[in-house]
Amino acid sequence: MTAPVFLELRNVFKTFGNFQALRGIDWDVREGEIHCLVGENGCGKSTLIKAVSGVHAPDAGGDMRIAGQEILSFDPMRARALGIQVVFQDLALFPNLSVAENIAFDGNLGRGLSPKAAIRRKARETLDRLGHDLPLDLQVESLSIAERQIVAIARGLAGSARLIFMDEPTASLTRAEVRRLLDLVRKLSAAGIAVVFVSHRLDEVSAIAERITVMRDGRMVGTYPASALDQRTLIHLMTGIEIASHHVARDCASRDVVLEARHLSRRGEYDDVSLALHEGEVLGLTGLLGAGRTELALSLFGMTKPDSGALIVHGQERRFRTNQDALAAGIAYVSEDRLNLGINAEQSIVDNLDIAVLPGLANRFGLISDESRTQLAKNWVARLNIKLSSVEDAINTLSGGNQQRVILARWLASHPKILILDSPTVGVDIKNKEGIYALIRELSDQGVGILVISDEMIELFATCDRILHMRNGRIAGEYSPSLITEQALEERIYA
Amino acid sequence: MPDLSSLRNRPEFWLAAVIAVFVLALSLATPSFLSISNFVDLTESYAVQAIMATGLFVVLIAGGIDISFAATASVAQYVAALLATRFGLSPILVIPAGLAVGTLLGFINATLIHYARVNSIIITIATMNVYFALLMYATGGHSIYNLPEWWSERITFLQFETAGSDLVRITLPIVVMVASLGLCWVLLNRSKTGRQLYAIGGNAEAARRIGLNISRLQFFAYGFAGFMAALAGLVQANRVGEAVPNALYGTELSVLSAAVLGGASLLGGVGTIGGITLGILMLAIIQNGLNLLDISPYCFEIITGAIILASTSLTAVSVRSRTRSRLVEEAPNV
Repeated sequence: MTAPVFLELRNVFKTFGNFQALRGIDWDVREGEIHCLVGENGCGKSTLIKAVSGVHAPDAGGDMRIAGQEILSFDPMRARALGIQVVFQDLALFPNLSVAENIAFDGNLGRGLSPKAAIRRKARETLDRLGHDLPLDLQVESLSIAERQIVAIARGLAGSARLIFMDEPTASLTRAEVRRLLDLVRKLSAAGIAVVFVSHRLDEVSAIAERITVMRDGRMVGTYPASALDQRTLIHLMTGIEIASHHVARDCASRDVVLEARHLSRRGEYDDVSLALHEGEVLGLTGLLGAGRTELALSLFGMTKPDSGALIVHGQERRFRTNQDALAAGIAYVSEDRLNLGINAEQSIVDNLDIAVLPGLANRFGLISDESRTQLAKNWVARLNIKLSSVEDAINTLSGGNQQRVILARWLASHPKILILDSPTVGVDIKNKEGIYALIRELSDQGVGILVISDEMIELFATCDRILHMRNGRIAGEYSPSLITEQALEERIYA
Repeated sequence: MPDLSSLRNRPEFWLAAVIAVFVLALSLATPSFLSISNFVDLTESYAVQAIMATGLFVVLIAGGIDISFAATASVAQYVAALLATRFGLSPILVIPAGLAVGTLLGFINATLIHYARVNSIIITIATMNVYFALLMYATGGHSIYNLPEWWSERITFLQFETAGSDLVRITLPIVVMVASLGLCWVLLNRSKTGRQLYAIGGNAEAARRIGLNISRLQFFAYGFAGFMAALAGLVQANRVGEAVPNALYGTELSVLSAAVLGGASLLGGVGTIGGITLGILMLAIIQNGLNLLDISPYCFEIITGAIILASTSLTAVSVRSRTRSRLVEEAPNV
């Protein structure tokens, strides 16, 4: 028994300038089904969602039907009226307004007096339907991420949804919260509301989806029954490449310790952390968002001061006043939030690459020649195999993966003995991730001690010799990738 | 019924507490401070700034800022005064014309902000200079002293004698101020437009996706600010009995500090009318106290500057410490 089709697309194109974001999409979503949409960054998923929710009009010539009715002109209001709702990745809530107003903001559209009582009633009813109880008058900014998500879903439901798109809804949730969200999705589906779930977490996708649609380069690769796909097949369909098998973890315990933390604590961030990183070792640091991983890394790099404990670099106890001290001690740190903290988007690749080593390029008069800068940049571009037309171009002309390599080159140019990589492949496509993993392994072979902060199991298992698990600011366990499986470690992290 | 801890998180609570301390200290220091007549005089002398503050507040809620309102008030006041004196028009024409000039100048701000897509603080600092310099250029700085009687006469709604036989008058500026605060409260809390203004100030992108017309709401906010500034300009001329082109010049900072002091966020979407009222009251009391204690008026400017510094940096620090302590608290318990 197959449910009737609710949304149907035939031969839909979307062009931005001379870039084709959608190239002939044929797709359908059935009433009340749970449908997962997967694909790499930039494959057209977001554009597709925007096209069917009225944010972007598709090019002329395609055919779009909702509940059998042909759609000729379209905007967000009309899409909502037809029952299509989107829970955006950033949730698009109003932090300064109450739960009730966020859920039933539609009541405030138009003119006249705000129908406060009706808004509260509508919000209460919707939350009851979801089986959730949130205080209606609380401001959304005081809610947790999971609670905000409930509010965003409730908003979709309040607009009498028949199809809800959820764009990466689990990205910042704990495992328990994800389970509750998945239950909620099943409940919606049982009530006849279709859910299109966009996710990178392949285990979740296979846990709830009835059908999975894979997109690549603006095209549909295909729609498959969820039972027919496993994780590696799915990656293969999404990227067209096979992911490399695990590297073999090495035992580095007998080598010199390059960086050691002894009982390091900083109030509100991390607590009694002890760890040792050996020469040429790749040490993984994993845990939930907010477990204190990045905060710890910032202290190791001298950006914040620990309240207590000792930091020992190459056998000497150090107290960094600034990260200049840490750099001088041979430590480099590549931040997690590369786009906001790491790069100067409008500046050239050279400017971005040599900023940390400029003093070293100065001649005896303290001046820096353009040739020496260009030469340095060209050397690193060649070594790291960065694809670009000119080192004078602005860095934002490069793809995410190549930007990440430029930033890596910036720190490698300082010849660090200790390298801290915070989520090194966030925002990098799967096919470019492998290149960064190879680079990490190569650097460790040259004797650089590397601390990799990550929550991607594939990444940790592809690079690390040992993995530390951080929870609530403390080290909760140490694992060897050769003695535990990806699934078992993930279970412990999200337990 | 809000409990004490949520009350303590509100800037209004702290402001009210500080005001209470000031009132207590000042009434001990100068016996003339704590009297009904002093309080009413104080209110009247701050009524014009309070009316301007309501307009500024609406812009702040919508996520913008307006520095040009005092210049707008001066222009609207002078144009109205010209119409009343040189052309001898009746109040039925003069008052709407003055208000229309203010609204128009507000629309000009909104147009520039919307189409040039430049930060509103830059645009309104520029328009403040243009509006004000044009006024000084066109008038040569000459004041208009011969306002018609309907305008310059003191209008008293209520008067009574206190026990100490002081005469207390509730005059037009006070009544207009109370009406403006009331109107602004209804607008922001009870009307759909007001809730939409809070929404675009809180998250403009989310507002756009939900289908709100951002530019129309911006026009409304800046137009409203211009309207309120013009109203303040007309009331100010009534209070002093003349139209002086640079009389309001320089009040921008104290009105802005009253808004910030009252808890309005310069990032938009946050603040209450009650807070703004307390903010103005606070400034009024400080200035009055300094007068009564015979302290240099320059001290007042030091204090308003310090208030903006202290209240904005305190907000930033408390936001930072809240996020930091949440990092560990929010991690799931095992």
